[in-house]
Amino acid sequence: MTTMTIAKAINEGLRAALTNNPKSLLMGEDIGPLGGVYRVTDGLIAEFGPERVVDTPLAESGIIGTAIGLALRGYSPVCEIQFDGFVFPGFNQITTQLAKMHARSNGNLTVPVVIRIPYGGGIGSVEHHSESPEALFAHTAGLRIITPSNPHDAYWMIQQAVECQDPIIVFEPKRRYWLKGDVDIEAPGNAEDPFKAHVLREGTDATVVAYGPLVPVALAAANAAAEDGRSVEVIDLRSISPIDFDTVTQSVRKTGRLIVAHEAPTFGGIGGEIAARISERAFLSLEAPVIRVGGFHMPYPVAKVEEDYLPDIDRILEALDRALAY
Amino acid sequence: MGATHLPATEFDGTGVDDQLEAEAEAVLGEPAAPMVQLLGPDGTLGEDSVFSEYANRLDAEKLRGFYADMAAIRRFDQEATALQRQGQLALWVPLTGQEAAQIGSGRASQPQDYIFPTYREHGVALTRNVDLAELLRQFRGVSNGGWNPKDTNFHLYTLVLAAQTLHAVGYAMGIQRDQQLAAASDPAGTEPPAAVIAYYGDGASSEGDVHESMVFASSYKAPVVFFCQNNHWAISVPSTVQTRIPLSNRAKGYGFPGIRVDGNDVIAVHAVTEWALDHARQGNGPVLIEAFTYRVGAHTTADDPTKYRKSAEEDAWRAKDPLARLEKYLRAKGLADDAFFAKVKADGDELAAYVRRTTHDLETPDIRSAFANTYVEPHPLVAEELAWFEQYSAGFEDAAGSEAAAGEAAN
Repeated sequence: MTTMTIAKAINEGLRAALTNNPKSLLMGEDIGPLGGVYRVTDGLIAEFGPERVVDTPLAESGIIGTAIGLALRGYSPVCEIQFDGFVFPGFNQITTQLAKMHARSNGNLTVPVVIRIPYGGGIGSVEHHSESPEALFAHTAGLRIITPSNPHDAYWMIQQAVECQDPIIVFEPKRRYWLKGDVDIEAPGNAEDPFKAHVLREGTDATVVAYGPLVPVALAAANAAAEDGRSVEVIDLRSISPIDFDTVTQSVRKTGRLIVAHEAPTFGGIGGEIAARISERAFLSLEAPVIRVGGFHMPYPVAKVEEDYLPDIDRILEALDRALAY
Repeated sequence: MGATHLPATEFDGTGVDDQLEAEAEAVLGEPAAPMVQLLGPDGTLGEDSVFSEYANRLDAEKLRGFYADMAAIRRFDQEATALQRQGQLALWVPLTGQEAAQIGSGRASQPQDYIFPTYREHGVALTRNVDLAELLRQFRGVSNGGWNPKDTNFHLYTLVLAAQTLHAVGYAMGIQRDQQLAAASDPAGTEPPAAVIAYYGDGASSEGDVHESMVFASSYKAPVVFFCQNNHWAISVPSTVQTRIPLSNRAKGYGFPGIRVDGNDVIAVHAVTEWALDHARQGNGPVLIEAFTYRVGAHTTADDPTKYRKSAEEDAWRAKDPLARLEKYLRAKGLADDAFFAKVKADGDELAAYVRRTTHDLETPDIRSAFANTYVEPHPLVAEELAWFEQYSAGFEDAAGSEAAAGEAAN
C-alpha cells in the first residue's frame, strides 16, 4: 500500500498505461512540460517523449477528432479536456462520431479513445470551470462513463479505461484531486470491475447513492445520521454508464429508502434515471419516493454563492429526513 | 510550383465565378490563385512546368482506364437516381459533373493510403474497389456503413460535415508514429510510405473542423492531402457565401501548399494529387487541393436546383464536361476507337444491371445486430433491453401461433 492523492494516482495510472501499452498516448492542452493545469500528467513527457505525450493546439474538437483518427489507425489515445465547461467544442465529435463509429461500421471498427475531464465545483473558480455535464454524455449510447472517488479507484480505473475497447469518459472530481488515500499498486482488489458500484458503508434505514466528488459528502452525512441513531447505507456508483442497478436495487430492497446525490442539476440528471429504474425494479420495497439531491436548474452560479448551490451534508440529511418521514 | 493561369474568360458563363474572381483580386490585391489545367474543354493537352511530368507518365491504357472509370460511375449514378425514383432507395446523392475530380484523385492514391470521403465520393469508392452495390446499403436504409473500411482503406461516408477531416489528420498522425516504430524495428524501411486523403466540399470548408484539422496537420506535418471539391453549391447556397477568395488560398494561412486545379480535367487532377501525395509521403506535410468543378445535378434526390440557380449556368458547365473532353483527346490521338467506347457503354449497362439486381436483394438487418454493435464489450443495459425485446417479440409469435391454432380449430 502506498498513500497518494487522486491526482498522483491518475498520474501513476497513466504512467503504468503508457508503459504497458505501447500504442497508448496522451493528448491535450498544456499536458507536456507543464504537466496539465492540475499537474495530472506531471513528468510524463520527460519519460515518454513528445510523440506519446502530445501538447495539442488549443482546439477540443481537434483533440477528439484526431484521437478518433489515431484510434482508427490502431492507437489508444487518452485525451485531456482541461475543464468540464470546455468539452463542448468537442461535443459534436464525441456524440456524432466517437460514440457511433463501432455501431455504424457494423462492428468492423473500434475507437478505444479515453477522454479525461476534471469536473465539478467547490474550488471557487470562474464560470465554465465547475460544471457537471455527465448526463449529457450518459444519454449517448456507445459511450461509457466512469468517475473515481478515491486514489485506489483512480489508479486502477484510468488503466482500465485505457484497456477498454469502447470509448470511455473518465470524469475526475477536481476538488478531490488532493484527497489522499491508500493505493494498492500490486492488485486492483475490489476495483477489478470499473463498472461495478461499491457499497462503502452498510446500513438499514436508507440508501444514499453518490459518485465522484459527493462520495465523501455522502459518507459524512451517513456519519452524522448515525449520531441520531439512523443507519444509512452509502453506495459509490463509480460508473455512470452503464449504471450498476443490481447493487443499488439490492440495497434498496434492504433499506426501503433511496436518496441520490450529485452536483449536476437534478432536472434530466442521473438521479432521475436511477429513481425511475429503482421504481420499476423495487417498487414494493420502497417506503418513500426516491429523493434527488442536486444542483438547481440554473447555470452554475458564481463562486461566492456556490456553497448554496452544491449539495452538502445538510442537504443530504434534509432529504433523509423527508424520506424517513413517509 | 508552376501552374497555368487560365484567362478569366475560361469560366465565363458562370456568374458565380466571375464574381469570385473579381472579389478575390479586390481582397487579395493580386489575381486569384492560378488554376492548373492540362486537358482543356476542347480536348487538347497543355503544358505545365511541374505537373506535365506526372501527366507524361500516363500511358494509353491508364488514360482509357480513366475514361472507363468516369463513364462507369456516371452510369452508376444514373442507375442509383433511377432506383431512388422507383422507391428502392430512400435518397441518392448524385455526383454527375464531378467524375474527373473523383476518379483522377482516387486513381492517384496507392493501396497503402487511407481515404476519408464525405458522402458523394462514389467515384473514389470505385477506385478503391468498394463494391458499388454495398455503397447503396446506406441509401437503402439497411446500414449506416455497408463496407468494411479495413478491406479497401476507404472509410465510411461521413454525413456530419467536415468531421472526417480531423479523423484523417489523426490517422495521418498514426502513420507518422507507425513509421517511427517501424524505423526502430525495420531500418531498411520495407513498408511503402503512406498518406491520407480527406475529402470535403466548398460548403464544409466553412466548418470549424476544417480549420482545426489544418492547424493540427500543419503543426505536426501530418501526411494528409485535403481534397476540396468546390462544386459551387452547398445545397442552395453558392460558394461565394463560403469564401471571398479561392479556397486553395487558405492553405497559405496555415503554412502549406494550396493548389487550385480544374476539377473537370482528370489528367490535371491526377497529376496534382500524385504530386501532393508524394509531398505528404516524403514527410513534407499537408497539401490542400481545390478541385474547381460543378455539381451538375441536384444536391440529393430531395433537392430542386431550379429554385436557386439558372439552367444557363448548368449548361455552361456541361460544356466543360470531364468525359467529353477526354473522349475528344483519346479519339484525336488515336488512343481509343469506336469499339472501345461501345465496350465502355456495354460495361456500364452491365454494372447498372448488377447494381439494380443486388439492390433488390440487399438484406434488411435484424435489429439484434444493432444491439450487438453498440458496444464492443458486454454492457448490462444493452443486454437487459435485448432480453426485454426478445421476450416482447416472443409474445407476438405466441399470439400468432395461438391465432393460427384457433383458426385451424375453427376450420
